[in-house]
Amino acid sequence: MNTDANLSGIENVPAREKAETASGPKPYSNPYVAGFGLGLVLLSAFVIMGRGLGASGAFSSLIAAGVNAVAPQHAAGNRFYAEYLGGGNQSPLLDWLVFEVIGVFAGGLISGALAGRIAKSIERGPSISKKWRIIFAFIGGALMGIGAKLARGCTSGQALTGGAMLNVGSWAFMMMVFAGAYASAWFMRRQWK
Amino acid sequence: MVHEEAMEMSAPFFKFGMFGDSFSLLLAFLIGIGFGFALERAGFGSARKLMGQFYLTDLAVFKVMFTAIITAMLGVFYLGWIGFLDVSLVYLTPTYLLPQIIGGLILGIGFVIGGYCPGTACVAVSTARIDAISFLAGVIAGIFLFGEAFPLLEKFYNATPMGQVTLPGLLHVPYGLAVFVIVLIAVAGFAGATWVEKAMSGRKGA
Repeated sequence: MNTDANLSGIENVPAREKAETASGPKPYSNPYVAGFGLGLVLLSAFVIMGRGLGASGAFSSLIAAGVNAVAPQHAAGNRFYAEYLGGGNQSPLLDWLVFEVIGVFAGGLISGALAGRIAKSIERGPSISKKWRIIFAFIGGALMGIGAKLARGCTSGQALTGGAMLNVGSWAFMMMVFAGAYASAWFMRRQWK
Repeated sequence: MVHEEAMEMSAPFFKFGMFGDSFSLLLAFLIGIGFGFALERAGFGSARKLMGQFYLTDLAVFKVMFTAIITAMLGVFYLGWIGFLDVSLVYLTPTYLLPQIIGGLILGIGFVIGGYCPGTACVAVSTARIDAISFLAGVIAGIFLFGEAFPLLEKFYNATPMGQVTLPGLLHVPYGLAVFVIVLIAVAGFAGATWVEKAMSGRKGA
């Protein structure tokens, strides 16, 4: 509902302000305000922890813990899993990014609830079935998982964090994310347009 | 301006031993709340909003991301310059150029097919987007596949290592100059993004 309004009513500030008083989901924040807030969160992570934000790393810890529980010898013999398992004297789930991502779920829930934006739905364009949208979401997620691990981080850990630290690999990564997305947008237009 | 007394370096707090591992996990949770809150406020719990970037109807992804990057970049630079933050203690992921270029390309393709990235998908799950649950299941499957295939991929994963390197370090320009140029590029990008949005909405209305 609100997504349709936001896709078509681009930066239509007066309309948005009016919508604020109406019932239903509130409009999204101004992108520069949201971006400034996001930047301050990232800066606080740098200042407090000496590290940035992340997302995909938490899922890697989850998988490493799962593989370790089912087949500990297999996990120990694989350098990718071993890196997330650490010394083995504490659970790989007692990890900074795991707790941060639990916070991301909570923060999204708080913001969504305050704005009346929690609505059970499937995000899709008008010309794709629900079933295919769910299938594409899974395929895209899998590519995202593989790409993020190959690149040592995703949009959060590389583009955002490394972008702010002027990390060479992060900037190369970020350019390629946009290149890959724009190159494939035409092929996926039926899913979104 | 010359400072009368050099300020005592005291950040990053964790690296200076101001608290331990257990407390850092509580802080991780709190920082995560801020992260998720900001992403949801921006509208990034909606795949259609995110995809507006790639169909040029809504460039919020670029605007939010680059506002966040320049905010944090200027903050780190300034806090380093006044001697409060030891920038060298902030973790920098080492650069492995080729796998990061290929990984970025795969991730970009996955973004448009899947509609989210891992962080935004978490927020979308919190706001009850069913497709985001499927997306995260895909992420888990993808990382598992990567993990299982790691012995085969390891050589490529470690190809073209450049170490921990920043743009000013690579180009031999002062840190402040690099920061300044990126701010200029971002501001020009914001103006360009708004122009593109207007042009696209005009086309739609015609």
